Amino acid sequence: MNVTFSEQERAFRDEVRAFFRDKFPPDIKDKQDRGIPLERDDFIRFQKCLHEQGWAGINWPVEYGGTGWTPVQKYIFVTEMAEANAPEIIPFGLSMVGPVIYTFGNEEQKQRFLPDILASNVWWCQGYSEPGSGSDLASLKTRADLAGDHYVVNGTKTWTTLGQHADWIFLLARTSTDVARKQEGISFLLADMKTPGITIKPIITIEGSHEVNEVHFENVEVPIENLVGEEGKGWTYGKVLLQHERTNIAGVARSKFRLKKLKEQARLPVHGAEPLANDLHFMRKVAAVGVELRALEYTELRTLAAVKSGKAPGPESSILKIKGTEIQQALDALFMEAAGYYALPYVPGQFVPGYRQDSWVGHGDEAKTALKYFNYRKASIYGGSNEIQKNIISKHVLGL
Amino acid sequence: MDFSLNEVQMMLADSIEKFLENDYDFDTRQEYAASDAGYSKEVWQTFAELGWLAVPFSEEDGGFDGGPIDIMVVMQLFGKGLIVEPYLANVVMAGGVLKRAATAAQKERWLQPMIAGELQTALAFAEPQGRYDVANIVTTAKADGDGWVIDGKKSMVFNGGNADLLVVPARTSGAQSDADGISLFAVAADDDGVAVQAYPTVDGHHAADVELQNVRVGADALLGDTDRAFDVLDAVMDEATLAVCAEAIGIMQVLKDKTIAYSKERVQFGVPIGSFQALQHRMVDMLTDCEQSQSLLMWATMVNAEGGAEAKRGVSSIKYQVGTAGRKLGEEAVQLHGGMGVTWELDVAHYFKRLIAIGQIFGNADWHLDKLAA
Repeated sequence: MNVTFSEQERAFRDEVRAFFRDKFPPDIKDKQDRGIPLERDDFIRFQKCLHEQGWAGINWPVEYGGTGWTPVQKYIFVTEMAEANAPEIIPFGLSMVGPVIYTFGNEEQKQRFLPDILASNVWWCQGYSEPGSGSDLASLKTRADLAGDHYVVNGTKTWTTLGQHADWIFLLARTSTDVARKQEGISFLLADMKTPGITIKPIITIEGSHEVNEVHFENVEVPIENLVGEEGKGWTYGKVLLQHERTNIAGVARSKFRLKKLKEQARLPVHGAEPLANDLHFMRKVAAVGVELRALEYTELRTLAAVKSGKAPGPESSILKIKGTEIQQALDALFMEAAGYYALPYVPGQFVPGYRQDSWVGHGDEAKTALKYFNYRKASIYGGSNEIQKNIISKHVLGL
Repeated sequence: MDFSLNEVQMMLADSIEKFLENDYDFDTRQEYAASDAGYSKEVWQTFAELGWLAVPFSEEDGGFDGGPIDIMVVMQLFGKGLIVEPYLANVVMAGGVLKRAATAAQKERWLQPMIAGELQTALAFAEPQGRYDVANIVTTAKADGDGWVIDGKKSMVFNGGNADLLVVPARTSGAQSDADGISLFAVAADDDGVAVQAYPTVDGHHAADVELQNVRVGADALLGDTDRAFDVLDAVMDEATLAVCAEAIGIMQVLKDKTIAYSKERVQFGVPIGSFQALQHRMVDMLTDCEQSQSLLMWATMVNAEGGAEAKRGVSSIKYQVGTAGRKLGEEAVQLHGGMGVTWELDVAHYFKRLIAIGQIFGNADWHLDKLAA
């Protein structure tokens, strides 16, 4: 047992660090550092940088253009990416539908979709949840009825993150109601967002931003060649996708970066007053989150070490999701607590490009802390709520 | 970066697991714990013969060249077996001082017999006024001719009642809590002026309070340099803390497994209680705490084995974890066992007591959290 990096691993770390120093577009970095939301094009440009380096398919097998990295290399990469304050990689293509297509799709689908996912030429979004089915995902009502060489899709999908930017959607739809279990008869379909009959409507979230959407399907014709795998087996594929999603949303590297920032911030003297770091009560809370995070970092490394490259981790990934989101939310609360009064001004305009920095309300970016705190209450709800994760562990790990 | 055990460590784990399975069931343990010495001399000889007492010592000293990771392997399994034999006191604590500070002649006199299982030893690390600060020492050692005269009181000396040799930190200069001015002495338990008040502890282990009145020792009793023993003491306490944390996490894993197994058997309202969601989620929390604690233990032990800048943070992080997540898990295990959980008869109760006792020693959760917050 040892925690040190080998010589090759250190060389890899230096290479990744140099990449983020030299190739990460400075205008995007500036927005990230100032907390300005990125636009569609920013995300795409960043991901294309990764692709040019051959680093887009972090978890993908080499045969499909992935990196084939070891768990330690992945750890180094995401750590350096967070340290550089780089944007999140939008997960819907690279982390979600990509792995489903290379695992369950046919040859034609792999050739048609995978290169564009890897190159971020196509923006994907997720059609899972419905207004009537959140945690009980298998109760979904969207229908896909076979009519000759295509399915006719009718229904509504919701919580579709960044769907306003999307070119394509992957969705779960019911292809049969004549089933013993509701998990059967669900199929995994891919649809072009420009198909007639698809309309999209924004949902404004608690802190006032447009991140998620409702997507309506009215007699939408989806060609039969856009069915992934077997008809009626979509639930199985969807579960694999969710396990990939759960580890991705643990966000260990980003939380480490944020914890470091929080400690730095706490040490700054504010307008001559004592720094917050002198408040032992506050610093104890910071330290307690630090212990949880360190533990999670090594739980994730242990989980990844046990999983072969490209495969989804098992139900244990639910532990990562629960703990990872709890830690993110604890950090959000501490940032907001650190901001004091200045967490409260609500001037959404100050976080869009072009706003004059010298007329910001407060000392800097404190007003963002409340928005982030409120926004991230979603973390323990999405990706299967944390209570659902506990049901999964209880059934599949503890055998209860 | 590698989380696997080496071949020697795997063999060590294998031999301990076999011993626990064949020779150390719960009833046997209870018998040993209830005896006067509080452990089995026969078992101790077995430990010596199997080489377990030699694990963390250099080959030169007659050991196996093991480090914190090897001790972690031993102690985690000892936690699973709820071992009462004084391994911590002898091998990790007194042995930890001797291997760092003793001369070749002193090692031959005390360390080798300890490794052979022939000499019982203890480290008198705590004083009544000191709480968790090992530098808080008012026991004095004054130069007297070519020897020393020691006076003072020591509390909670693990294995103190059995020890032939007491390793005693004493102040040779400086103020009460100064790190400088501490020296270490080897004191025979039967030396004139040594009074040992032995007692059992709530977890089935044994300790003693020791009073030293005008105890005269020779120059050859001094272990290491005069006034400069704090670093040795501090390093030993860190290793001891990691060791009991490994034991605690072994205990946590047993409590978690026993609770889940019980919830599948225990029928109430016509169904196993494990079918109730209110209980399922609590058992998931127990699993999560076990996994998180195991991860933290491995990290803390590795950074200490490698002696990096994060070694101290490692010790405090895992001890805080044991004091918080460990306590919560133990209390949940008792709660989910219902009335049986609070009976002397059930092993769960005794695992729980040892877990809580570990939380109470070597700095509790708050004490270590303050170190991390500073």
